[in-house]
Amino acid sequence: MSPAIRAKGAGKKAFINARLLDPVKKTDEAGGLLIEDDTILKSGPDITESTVSEGFEVFDLGGACLAPGLVDMRAQLREPGFEHQETIETAGKSAAIGGVTTIIALPNTDPVIDDVAGVEFIARRARKVGLAKVFVYGAVSKGIAGQEITEMGLLHQAGAVAFCDGIKTIASARLLRQALSYSTFFDGMIVQHPEEPELSKGAAMNSGELATRLGLSGVSPLAEVIQIERDLRLAEMTGGRLHFAHISTGESVEVIRKAKKRGLKVTCDTAPPYFALNENAVSDYRTFAKLSPPLRSEDDRQAIVAGLADGTIDAIASDHNPQDADSKRLPFAQAAAGAVGFETLLPMALELYHNEHMSLLDVITKLTRTPAELVRIKGAGTLEEGTAADLVIFDPDRPWKIDPYQFHSKSKNSPFDGRLTQGRVLRTLIDGREVFSEGA
Amino acid sequence: MGPAADHYPHPHLLGIEGLTPGEITLILDRAQHYAEKNRSADKTSNILAGATVVNLFYENSTRTLTSFELAAKRLGADVINMTVGTSSVKKGETLIDTAMTLNAMNPDALVVRHGDSGAVKLLSEKVNCAVLNAGDGRHEHPTQALLDALTIRRHKGRLHRLNVAICGDIAHSRVARSNILLLNTMGSRVRLVAPPTLIPSKIDRMGVEIFHDMEQGLKDCDIVMMLRLQLERMEGSFIPSVREYFHFHGLDRAKLANAKPDALIMHPGPMNRGVEIDSEVADDVERSVIREQVEMGVAVRMAALELLVQNHRKIGGQA
Repeated sequence: MSPAIRAKGAGKKAFINARLLDPVKKTDEAGGLLIEDDTILKSGPDITESTVSEGFEVFDLGGACLAPGLVDMRAQLREPGFEHQETIETAGKSAAIGGVTTIIALPNTDPVIDDVAGVEFIARRARKVGLAKVFVYGAVSKGIAGQEITEMGLLHQAGAVAFCDGIKTIASARLLRQALSYSTFFDGMIVQHPEEPELSKGAAMNSGELATRLGLSGVSPLAEVIQIERDLRLAEMTGGRLHFAHISTGESVEVIRKAKKRGLKVTCDTAPPYFALNENAVSDYRTFAKLSPPLRSEDDRQAIVAGLADGTIDAIASDHNPQDADSKRLPFAQAAAGAVGFETLLPMALELYHNEHMSLLDVITKLTRTPAELVRIKGAGTLEEGTAADLVIFDPDRPWKIDPYQFHSKSKNSPFDGRLTQGRVLRTLIDGREVFSEGA
Repeated sequence: MGPAADHYPHPHLLGIEGLTPGEITLILDRAQHYAEKNRSADKTSNILAGATVVNLFYENSTRTLTSFELAAKRLGADVINMTVGTSSVKKGETLIDTAMTLNAMNPDALVVRHGDSGAVKLLSEKVNCAVLNAGDGRHEHPTQALLDALTIRRHKGRLHRLNVAICGDIAHSRVARSNILLLNTMGSRVRLVAPPTLIPSKIDRMGVEIFHDMEQGLKDCDIVMMLRLQLERMEGSFIPSVREYFHFHGLDRAKLANAKPDALIMHPGPMNRGVEIDSEVADDVERSVIREQVEMGVAVRMAALELLVQNHRKIGGQA
């Protein structure tokens, strides 16, 4: 990794002999890609060793996949305020290894990102670190207290790409209605953490047989769909853009599928734990698998896979939530919820492809183009000419065993510890600069 | 009922889950031996002389703590009681830290009670002595289930083919979970009797029948096991009032009449008289074995401590 190399002077590079995954052209074909400095010049099947003109440094990818860098629409960077868990720099390194080139960070920092200064602080820090491009969600409510609306228009103008109250549900129907309605004038999007707060109070895991056996308080999976159903009415009423984060139940998929059919401006994402794991991962009180929302039943997991395959679920996000060991090495009920996700995002998502639920291009689209479009970041998640050379090169088949102690994230809380998986990032470029290269 | 196992193969006693019928019988047989000894003039032995037993209690308890203390002392062990307040916000950190600290003092057994499910297991992973679960959250309370089983066996002569009704606050009860596991393992049938709010989700999958009506639930049962209504653990409205609870789900003579005439009345204590049980039945010397349960508690804990500490000595302190 050589972060010191600046974009200017990175020169002309040609990547040939690649499996080119282009989510805009919707193509998955052999080809190559040319970049000059920080910009994509051209991509396509006609770029081969023989067509590359002089002056290009040529990289033969030997058939590896070349795709736009991943756009992760839900991650916590923990800076400012929780730097013992993660910083923008450690998150950036972790993202680079995971092939993530654009991050949209949650505003639940300390202080909360609920004013223009906060948005500018993150942008400045990320520029200085020079790794993944970091955008932020502005808070919907001041201090994420769920009471008064923030200066959403100003936040938007300063660069906040959408709005959410971090890991909290926007519980007040009035607040959500106002936020949805107000944000229509600048095409803003409100992201909801759908979990009815009264029903989920004090819950440590999904309710059901396992929670009963373990003696832990459970939240019914219906707490999610109950919140979604109310919020859909508010979206319909206001015409606002509403997005549900990390949906985890079959009922949620079903209700959103119907809402989309009705023509509502509603979208949703999920995260790898919800399609790769079920609640059995918390047996033995494994706090690393304690998440919010909690891991669900196997039926729910399968419904999430089906929702991804049929397009009901628009995007896949890492839900990166670094927690230090002391927050996790506690009795289950007291332990913090959450998992780091950057470095497992791609291989876990690729399981959908390896298990033949989705095509490779569809998986990549949900990790790149769709999230970029949802948060209206132009020039991300694409291989179009003239856009930034944010790229990931990966081997979709390479087997490896996940070992969180090798992660570059400051926190090691992964529910995928020890999992045998396939798919490894070989190289990550941001603005044409190599920020990660295997073996470097 | 099959034969007793020839040894107890586990490093700890964290729950009934995972114990075989033979292992349960082994503990009960040994406990029966101590029950007799405890009634004689020669109550003490030096079988655990030189061993150190630490009682680490994160929840207030007089009865269980005293029972464990007495059990260890009757076996000749050195006993230290540590009662840690639950008010501390960072009690979890303290749990691991305390475990490490105590472990450094080389105890032979740690007896632990904690308000969080799974906390005792977590602690057992950090120490290399035997750990005995004296109750963790709503999860398990294995010695309670064992002492209940011993009491039942002494009166009924068996632990299989019995109809056992466990009544009351199942939702917040570790006693209920351990008893369900034990009685199912030994071949008895368990019914749960409680208002719907106190029945945890999908508990039927543990192999129990569920009743909300107490008269139906008690019909023809051999054992009526009452649970303490744990108002202190309740968040929100599980029951409308204590008065209403007693009316529908408190054990009195009239409801008890549905059970078999020789049905035993049990309660893990401490009792809320007039809440889950009427004093008239609680103190019925013909039917109530509540005081004998307390007596068997000491015997069962002696047996458990003996088996665990001896195991621990055999494997040279490597858990």
